[in-house]
Amino acid sequence: MKERNLTCIVCPKGCQIKVLFDGEGKIKEVLGYTCKRGEEYAITECTHPRRTVTTTMKTAGGIVAVKTYGTVPKEDVFKVMDEINRTRITRDVKIGDVLIEDVAGTGVKVVATSEVQ
Amino acid sequence: MIKRIKKELVIVGGGPAGMSAAVAAYERGLRDILILERDNALGGILRQCIHNGFGLHRFGEELTGPEYAHRYIEKVLEYKIPYMLETMVTGIDKNRILTAQNCKEGIFEIEAGAIILAMGCRERPKGALNIAGTRPSGVYTAGTAQKYVNMKGYMPGKRVVILGSGDIGLIMARRMTLEGAKVECVCELMPYSGGLARNIEQCLNDFDIPLLLSHTVIEIHGKERVTGVTIAKVDENRRPIMDTARFIECDTLLLSCGLIPENELTRSAGITIDRVTNGAVVDGSRETDVKGIFACGNVLHVHDLVDYVSEEAEICACGAVDFIRGQAKGEADINIRTDGKVRYTVPRKLTEIKDTTLYFRVSDIFRDVRLTVKSADRVILSKKKQKLAPGEMETVTISADVIREIKNGEITVSLEA
Repeated sequence: MKERNLTCIVCPKGCQIKVLFDGEGKIKEVLGYTCKRGEEYAITECTHPRRTVTTTMKTAGGIVAVKTYGTVPKEDVFKVMDEINRTRITRDVKIGDVLIEDVAGTGVKVVATSEVQ
Repeated sequence: MIKRIKKELVIVGGGPAGMSAAVAAYERGLRDILILERDNALGGILRQCIHNGFGLHRFGEELTGPEYAHRYIEKVLEYKIPYMLETMVTGIDKNRILTAQNCKEGIFEIEAGAIILAMGCRERPKGALNIAGTRPSGVYTAGTAQKYVNMKGYMPGKRVVILGSGDIGLIMARRMTLEGAKVECVCELMPYSGGLARNIEQCLNDFDIPLLLSHTVIEIHGKERVTGVTIAKVDENRRPIMDTARFIECDTLLLSCGLIPENELTRSAGITIDRVTNGAVVDGSRETDVKGIFACGNVLHVHDLVDYVSEEAEICACGAVDFIRGQAKGEADINIRTDGKVRYTVPRKLTEIKDTTLYFRVSDIFRDVRLTVKSADRVILSKKKQKLAPGEMETVTISADVIREIKNGEITVSLEA
């Protein structure tokens, strides 16, 4: 039987999770997680892995830290980076401001996480 | 004549530890507080830690560094806790007189009812690592590179080798990769990583960046700019095995080789420093052996999680407020010893009979052991631990009842089979 070992990235504990698959490659059992979010992470990671992207953006006043508001598909991370790096913000920015409504077609917002540096 | 002012509580450092302490002291009713910060804004190192993963314990949600800092900055502003920016403290004496300076006030002195040291830590620099070779540009500590990328918007290089697998090194491996650099590898001298498991997963494995354990950089090449490094495997005594040496072309070497608590001021006050943590020796309320001077955060011992820094700062603030209000301690006088496998505990002394959490780190990876607390060879507390690793700070709580049973003013914290 196929299995996959994961390190959970949901919290700093970093639980070791084992995912067992049946003959058709479907998830049969998830072992080793210690919370609900860990179980969800393991299932998502084995079906359609997602990541939060944190980076910076250029604004008229300087650099501002940003994050995707929620996770984006892992395979789109560099597309997301690309769009963020191509976007220039000309207005003032406060923490929590939405700077991109739908980044790289993921349906996920990009929000400011710092004041302008 | 140097100007001298009086303050009930002076906090040195406006990072997560200093701000948490200030907010906690205010919430316990203290008003005469002053935070001194050398940078041009509050927030400390969190300002450049733009990745997420902060605050899960404290706020129940995942925040980035600046967001975590912002929660405390908002409290400091809401409570109107006074703070001075771009202000450098240059000395503290054992009578709690601080000497500080800034452009506006010049040199001035503060007579403090109590002092909280919250100066944080700094990175071990190249000069402390004895790497052979030339001295080209392109060698940075990971934190310096982080500041360039995240706060200035500069990329320090395009092809990167990282020495040391501490969390900042791992985070920077991902950060440089996201911004278009090629990270060739992360070399770690020890046979295990000093970083969190989740950072190895999401910062290295996500981008197929190799983590070379028991490897180090033995030579830096390049005249003006780094042109490459020679790396080699090391033996069990951490000596390079020369026939494993190989050259890796790169233009940048990032160093993530440990953090050193910044304790110059602590020493100037004559406070005893713990040789393992490089921070002050403190009791349960985080008071040092100089009365009325307390310490918390990374200046005391390096933490993995800022959540624990805030927690420690609150304990520390309570101690400082109690001291200012003249509440006596000293119903106990217990030294805490460790067996070496447990490298250290914070606190190192117990002076009060109340439930106390000991924070500790271990020297190696241990599986299925018992964390044991003994008093005069009698086990007073024993807890099963599945896995302990040097990179992860652990805790054990000793109850007031157990503290009452302690004989001879000493306990030993150890790992047993």
